[in-house]
Amino acid sequence: SRAVESQSEGQCAPVDSLWRRYSEFELLRNYLSVTYPHIVVPPLPEKRADFVWHKLSADNMDPDFVERRRIGLENFLLRVASHPVLCQDKIFYSFLTQEGGWKEMVNETGFQLKADSRLKALNATFRVKNPDKRFTELKHYSDELQSVISHLLRVRARVADRLYGVYKVHGNYGRVFSEWSAIEKEMGDGLQSAGHHMDVYAASIDDILEEEEHYADQLKEYLFYAEALRAVCRKHELMQYDLEMAAQDLTSKKQQCEELATGTVRTFSLKGMTSKLFGQETPEQREAKIKVLEEQIQEGEEQLKSKNLEGRDFVKSAWADIERFKEQKNHDLKEALISYAVMQISMCKKGIQVWTNAKECFSKM
Amino acid sequence: AASAPKPLPSSGPKSLREMPHPLATSSSEEMGPALTPSPDLLLPRSIADKDLSLPNGTPVDTSSPASSSSLLNRLQLDDDLDVETRDLFVTVDDPKKHVCTMETYITYRVTTKTTRAEFDLPEYSVRRRYQDFDWLRNKLEESQPTHLIPPLPEKFVVKGVVDRFSEEFVETRRKALDKFLKRITDHPVLSFNEHFNVFLTAKDLNAYKKQGMALLSKVGESVKYVTGGYKLRSRPLEFAAIGDYLDTFSLKLGTIDRIAQRIIKEQLEYLVELREYGPVYSTWGGLEVELSEPLEGVSACIGNCCTALEELSEDMTEEFLPVLREYILYAESMKNVLKKRDQVQAEYEAKLEAVALKKEDRPKVPTDVEKCQDRVECFNADLKADMERWQNNKRQDFRHLLMGMADKNIQYYEKVCVT
Repeated sequence: SRAVESQSEGQCAPVDSLWRRYSEFELLRNYLSVTYPHIVVPPLPEKRADFVWHKLSADNMDPDFVERRRIGLENFLLRVASHPVLCQDKIFYSFLTQEGGWKEMVNETGFQLKADSRLKALNATFRVKNPDKRFTELKHYSDELQSVISHLLRVRARVADRLYGVYKVHGNYGRVFSEWSAIEKEMGDGLQSAGHHMDVYAASIDDILEEEEHYADQLKEYLFYAEALRAVCRKHELMQYDLEMAAQDLTSKKQQCEELATGTVRTFSLKGMTSKLFGQETPEQREAKIKVLEEQIQEGEEQLKSKNLEGRDFVKSAWADIERFKEQKNHDLKEALISYAVMQISMCKKGIQVWTNAKECFSKM
Repeated sequence: AASAPKPLPSSGPKSLREMPHPLATSSSEEMGPALTPSPDLLLPRSIADKDLSLPNGTPVDTSSPASSSSLLNRLQLDDDLDVETRDLFVTVDDPKKHVCTMETYITYRVTTKTTRAEFDLPEYSVRRRYQDFDWLRNKLEESQPTHLIPPLPEKFVVKGVVDRFSEEFVETRRKALDKFLKRITDHPVLSFNEHFNVFLTAKDLNAYKKQGMALLSKVGESVKYVTGGYKLRSRPLEFAAIGDYLDTFSLKLGTIDRIAQRIIKEQLEYLVELREYGPVYSTWGGLEVELSEPLEGVSACIGNCCTALEELSEDMTEEFLPVLREYILYAESMKNVLKKRDQVQAEYEAKLEAVALKKEDRPKVPTDVEKCQDRVECFNADLKADMERWQNNKRQDFRHLLMGMADKNIQYYEKVCVT
């Protein structure tokens, strides 16, 4: 559970703070994903510590991890609050303001019913004949992005590990210089102080790597964002699939109708064969069938129309949000890279400082 | 840069020329005004100055070693103040591989420039191999047993592990040999050694080697130290202290050596990971449009960091570690000299006892022996002081090196990590 400071973004609600569990955040996000399928919904921070390097424990109760997760959750809420569409959502608003009964409220919306269980089968492929090419490319991009960021995070963790080792071994210098200075006369003081600087150097890596975790978290957010992006593409795929299936169904019904009406069999069908073998239907039966079919066809055509419309609307609004997302991503990642570079520079400056100090000590020996 | 000899003064250093030969038995008054020893020489000297010289360096009696120690003193100061008083410059460079039927070996060119009278010509250039250096060192140890002879780089190399003819190995060795000769050159007594002279000048060193010890010069071999099986009862405190110091010193250097090696190892492992890290950014850059430039930038930076780190590790291995090891060897040879000193003292004490028992009127003999012992002590102290000073400078030198490298590394980061 963590305290949530609600932000009043464009709403005149009083600033409250209430307690929310991680699971409630998950519920909120699921609700938003289902309710706004065309939006790239901001991701939650990781539930369990991943991409750890050795110093950081994989323990979920570790205070550093808990703190970072808290920041991640705060960030999630800020993202939602600053989204032009999502921030208006009532459920979101009550998440921030309503203490009790929020869960029931969410469930009452019945959003779970809307959720398409097919979306959960991540790897299921749907043979879609005419997807919007942009979405196909985008899905491909999100896959690649996920892959490259995970790789990056893994290697970064190893790099951090190694760097930690380098710094810490320098600490041994501190001890041995101290011991050595004990037997020296003129050199003693210089060695002793230089040793002290080596200790400082060795200790500095802890803070440096702590800071770097922040950078890693920024990357992780976009790793998870890639998942959200992918989800939108999948939804398009599914919509398109449904559309195509509906169209196919309609076409086949029309054909059936035509065949019944004209008595010609264009396509092979088992029914057709059996009826040929075992006698044809009576004209009345045929008429009834045709009527049913005609009704279905009409329904089908209306459905197809609305599905088409839905599809086009979806593509339009989804693409708008995707453009928004792209800009956000480019901006955020650029900033993240810059701050990473700044971190590196500051690390180097510290290194220069320590070694310059040590050098001075040595020169006084 | 290390191999460029300094320009010679137009005329030799007057201070040196006016002096009689350091070990000639002459009156100390000819020495001229003795300078106050520099502070870092003071401490060990006061330990050794029993009845020899006053703390301010003025020698008291006529024994030559005392005057040579004050000479040593002065020369060290002169070294500090005025480079132009040096009159002997030696360089080791230009390694060449020789392939013969029996063996393959490397020779180095040894160049000498000098204005000293002991040398017939002002310039010499000869080729020498490691064997020759080893011979020289042995000869110096034999003929100047009371002095500290600088160490040579390791004689034996484990075949198969180290390539004796690789560029790095040869260069490391050359540097060590160059340092070896320079140290001898700088030493006021050793540099006048007959064998050293021959080493620097003879066209055919092997012929000279075969002559053996035929050349008994007046330098230092007039008194033979008989190291019989004398057992020293107890080492005087100051030498015990030196012995302890050397033990701890070697120990600490050994530890530092191990730490440095460990750091290098960790750095190399870090390098391996970095090498994988950089390209991932590049791959990502390939995916993106707007971000591709900054991502490529980061990738390039990381590449540069790799290069810088590589250089740092290389320098550590080639410059830092050899010096550490050299000093460990130095400490070893110093301990040996201490042992020899013990021997001499033991002999003296035994003789003293013998005299006391015999009740003979031969106080002179022990006195001579005592003088020898004091000589040893004196040298030891001076050389130790010498070594300390060298240590300071050497430490400064290679620390500067180490830090300069860290700086270089870091500045690379700075220059390069500007997205």
